[in-house]
Amino acid sequence: MKRITAWRRRPWAGYAVVLAALAAIGVIYAGFSPRTDRAEAQSSAQAAQDLKHGQELFNKNCASCHGLNAEGTKDAKGNPIAPSLIGVGAAAVDFQVSTGRMPAMNPGAQVPRKEPVPAFNTSIKTDYEDPKERAEAEKQKAEAEKNLADLRAYVASLGGGPEVPAAAAVDPQGGDVALGGKLFRTNCAQCHNFTGQGGALTGGKYAPPLSGDDVTPTQMYEAMLTGPQAMPVFNDTTLTPQDKKAVIAYLVQTREEPNPGGNGLGRIGPVTEGLAGWLVGIGLLVLAAMWITAKKPKKLKKS
Amino acid sequence: MSEATAPKAVEAPLTFLDDRLGSTTFFKRNMKKVFPDHWSFMLGEIALYSFIILLLTGTFLTLWFKPSMMEVVYDGSYTKLQGVKMSEAYASTLHISFDVRGGLLMRQIHHWSAILFMASILAHMLRVFFTGAYRKPRELNWLIGIGMFTLGMLEGLFGYSLPDDLLSGTGLRITQGVAESIPVVGTYIYMFLFGGEFPGQDIVPRLYMLHILLIPGLLLGMVTAHMMIMWVQKHTAMPVKNQTEQKVYGYPFYPVFMAKTGAYFLFVFGICALFGAFVQINPIWLFGPYDPGAISSGSQPDWYMGVLEGALRIMPNWEVSAWGHTVSFNVLIPALVPLGIVFGGAAAWPFIEQWVTGDKRHHHVNTRPRNAPVRTATGIAAVTFYGLLWLAGANDVLADKFHVSLFATTWFFRVTFFVGPFLAFVITKRICLGLQRKDADVIGHGVESGVIMMSPDGRFSERHENARDEEKVVILSKENTRPEAPARDAAGIPAPGTKGPIGHLRSRLNRAWTFDDIPVEEHEHEHGEQAEIEGGATSHEVKH
Amino acid sequence: MSDDNKETTGRSGPGEDGRRERVIGTPSPAREKALLAEDDISAPAGVGEQLDEASMKRAERIVATFFLIAFAASVGFIAYFIGWSGRDGGMHGVTRTRESNFWLGGLMALSFLALAIGVTIWVRRLMTSKPIVQERHEMAADEETKAAFTEDFLEGAQDSGITKRPLLRRTLLLAAAPLGLAPLVLLRDLGPLPEKRLRHTYWAEAVEKAKSEGKKGVRLVVDGTNKPLKVSDFASPGSMITVLPEGIEEEVPEDQVLTQNAKAVTILLNIPADQFKPAKGRENWHINGIVAYSKVCTHVGCPAALYEQTTHHILCPCHQSTFDATEAAKVIFGPAARPLPQLPLAVEDGYIVATSDYHEPVGPSFWERG
Repeated sequence: MKRITAWRRRPWAGYAVVLAALAAIGVIYAGFSPRTDRAEAQSSAQAAQDLKHGQELFNKNCASCHGLNAEGTKDAKGNPIAPSLIGVGAAAVDFQVSTGRMPAMNPGAQVPRKEPVPAFNTSIKTDYEDPKERAEAEKQKAEAEKNLADLRAYVASLGGGPEVPAAAAVDPQGGDVALGGKLFRTNCAQCHNFTGQGGALTGGKYAPPLSGDDVTPTQMYEAMLTGPQAMPVFNDTTLTPQDKKAVIAYLVQTREEPNPGGNGLGRIGPVTEGLAGWLVGIGLLVLAAMWITAKKPKKLKKS
Repeated sequence: MSEATAPKAVEAPLTFLDDRLGSTTFFKRNMKKVFPDHWSFMLGEIALYSFIILLLTGTFLTLWFKPSMMEVVYDGSYTKLQGVKMSEAYASTLHISFDVRGGLLMRQIHHWSAILFMASILAHMLRVFFTGAYRKPRELNWLIGIGMFTLGMLEGLFGYSLPDDLLSGTGLRITQGVAESIPVVGTYIYMFLFGGEFPGQDIVPRLYMLHILLIPGLLLGMVTAHMMIMWVQKHTAMPVKNQTEQKVYGYPFYPVFMAKTGAYFLFVFGICALFGAFVQINPIWLFGPYDPGAISSGSQPDWYMGVLEGALRIMPNWEVSAWGHTVSFNVLIPALVPLGIVFGGAAAWPFIEQWVTGDKRHHHVNTRPRNAPVRTATGIAAVTFYGLLWLAGANDVLADKFHVSLFATTWFFRVTFFVGPFLAFVITKRICLGLQRKDADVIGHGVESGVIMMSPDGRFSERHENARDEEKVVILSKENTRPEAPARDAAGIPAPGTKGPIGHLRSRLNRAWTFDDIPVEEHEHEHGEQAEIEGGATSHEVKH
Repeated sequence: MSDDNKETTGRSGPGEDGRRERVIGTPSPAREKALLAEDDISAPAGVGEQLDEASMKRAERIVATFFLIAFAASVGFIAYFIGWSGRDGGMHGVTRTRESNFWLGGLMALSFLALAIGVTIWVRRLMTSKPIVQERHEMAADEETKAAFTEDFLEGAQDSGITKRPLLRRTLLLAAAPLGLAPLVLLRDLGPLPEKRLRHTYWAEAVEKAKSEGKKGVRLVVDGTNKPLKVSDFASPGSMITVLPEGIEEEVPEDQVLTQNAKAVTILLNIPADQFKPAKGRENWHINGIVAYSKVCTHVGCPAALYEQTTHHILCPCHQSTFDATEAAKVIFGPAARPLPQLPLAVEDGYIVATSDYHEPVGPSFWERG
């Protein structure tokens, strides 16, 4: 230490420090700066490319209905065919495309959930035994995820809107299931039924079932956030992310919960119960009555 | 057998009873009571036995159920509702379901046997109606039966309202809305029923009392009366060989009928247990506690209330407000009229039929449905009416499962409500007459034998054979209508029954009842008979 | 029985033998019927004498097997209950309940059904009772008995003096009439009189309280989370949420909360302002398309809450009454006769507030409603 202290007192010390500092800056600059620069350039180029890719996907899959500029289209009478997508946000795109509703096949009262088109099918099976097959499937899945992300980014770039929720925000383990049940019964069950089996709306529309495993927590969150089709919107300031998590927890736990009493009869309430009572219950008892009062078994008769 | 002595274990108690009650005379007289055999005679037994199951399982449930609407915070083993505020009634039902061993099983058996109880009463009533078993002297038992079904509806409604879950609370809410709509006294009935405003704190304890004491007590009395009357009058029999109006043919109560009915009791209990074990019913834990702001899609009542629900759904929105008062026809009419027509009509039917046909005789042998076309057709029209309203009560589930527009289902039921019963009447009557014609044919021509004969001149024909005796007995059980006495006698004086507008109506209805009857009878001469029946049947048809 | 046998075996017709030769054609329906005829007696056939011992022995063994199954099942039921259903101290939960319901119920059903099947086979194959015939008796008494009864009845009436003494008779009837009515009076305290109860909701009290504190109205809180809503919170068009007046959970006595909720429960909707058509006199009841309607259906009181943001229909899931949210919730389909009552809204400090109670009674119609 003494030696360093002594050096500091030397007249050249100031210059030396400045030089050393400059050298260090130079080294750091040489070492990092160009690379950072490159990364930045690369990323913005990549983003532009992704956005372009998103736009291509949009033009290919969506523009025919939603218009080249996503402004929506109307038929000759001025009735909307497809809504404008400006400002709907990434969450809406993710919901509609990952549930297979979009691209829609044919217009009807309601666009049904279906297997997503291959380019966006992020839920394909990848657990193949054969490593080659698996690699293939994984590649395809990654591609679909990339496609979906690009499309989301493109639509989000048109006018913002709700973002896709983070994985932690939709984790059903973290939600307050009792609160979720209360909120679900007060605001959701009137359409989706108390266990999420779905139900009828007006004009041939329907609230889809939420009880299948294919309805992911992310999709539930996005549906509440964006209000797809006839469904009302529950934005994050009305039902907070914590509340949404609670609803998701309720739904996921309910559908995973076994039926302690035996076959659940579709969990839709007394209609199927009455049907079972009449057809199976009375049916079996009538068969029993017929057997009891049936004619004598023939083989015992000796005449 | 007179020298035989019964085993001591039987003899001793019998002697004990006989010394004090003289019961042996009764046993002697009744032990061999004859019961005719037919599978459809057992439908009523389902109701009797499921009632017994209801009493047994219901008693079990009362041991843990707390009929209280006090608010508690749930702390049982059903994790999804832990920490939720709910009524004690709901919490104790959860307790029965998840923390009492066998509790869920008993709840499920109780509910399933309630469903079977009501279903079997209806099935039994239909059997009695279509076979004419309600006719004199059995009108009283018919009325008791209708009374029991009506009480059963209330009993069921009150029963499924007790757990205070979301679905049952919704049912109570509708009950309240209906009560409120009654003109003049509606709000008073509402306040008195609920002890204040809905839901209040009193309704569950009150319904509990009605559900476990008053109505079961009444039902028990009525079941006893029903059984005793049946015992005294002896069961009706199907129109088969050996059965006549004077004599009943069948198996003795002891041992055969006893064993059969015992086996059937075991079947009923077994099937209720089977359902209780393997088919979930009324999962109140999924419905959640009652909350006036919450509702589920597809909120339906149990099946026997479905008719009322359907009527409420398809009714147009008629309401009248005048002079400061409101009358809600949109609630009143569906709540009163359809069931009023069905049950009022059913209750009055035996007497109407007697009046129209003028038939005041005793009947112990049942009619085949085809042989009373107007009755059968009316019955089927009523079934259609009931069935359509019942389906209308599930129109949202139908719309959802079959992907049709909800309002289209409503309109479908609004139209078929009027058209359906009418069509059913016409079609059923035609079918009955067709079957009568076939019977006349069987008696007249015999049965096709499948034997093809060639006549000497080379023509082929199929030989007909006489029907078997058993078959003939069944077919010939038909009572052909006698031509009614002319409205006026030779001197122009009207017959006593046809005077005045009422008499006129009666004789017109009588004509409607009988005019297209196809006589089925055996004739003396083999050959003349066939031609006559053929000619007779067709000319009859043409004539009217 | 003998005549039955004769019936089935000794059936004779023209061409007894010739009949069996079929020349052409399908099997004869008559022949099938003839086959059935042989068993035209329901079991037990009452032909005990003719049952052969071997087949009875076999039947007995079958019945005994079923009884043994029933025995085993009920023993299993008890054993399961004692040995397995109670582990973990009786606290069950869904999974354990499922298991115990399966075993207890299954064994119980097996036991009953095996017994039922056993007894049925016993009746059908082992009992030897014969069908018997009994007279059906006239229900009515004969003329003689009737006459005797009438005589006794009249004599009794005469002896008691009730026919001779009208004062006695009339005062007795007079005394009985109020006695029959008296118990009905006791039912009076079943509940309060309706008075004006059905005409207001907790919104009235809550608004009054807020106004006494110098505020414009009471805040709307989300049912379930009790979060007061700001206009900016509820800004997304197509939003829907169930709300209650602030304070209903805390200030109402616990046993009254549900009762107050049942009338006060309200749905808040955000309808795009360009589609919203405020009713006359209610131009300032909404906040740029944010509008509140009673959630209690005007038909029979179910929560009418099924809001479609595309059509702006509010549908009641119980009886499908449909209301148009853009036009003061007027009825467009179904059995409800009146629109859903609307709650007047305003903004205060950025919060959505209700400035008064509903202006009409909520829920189903009633006689005094007017």
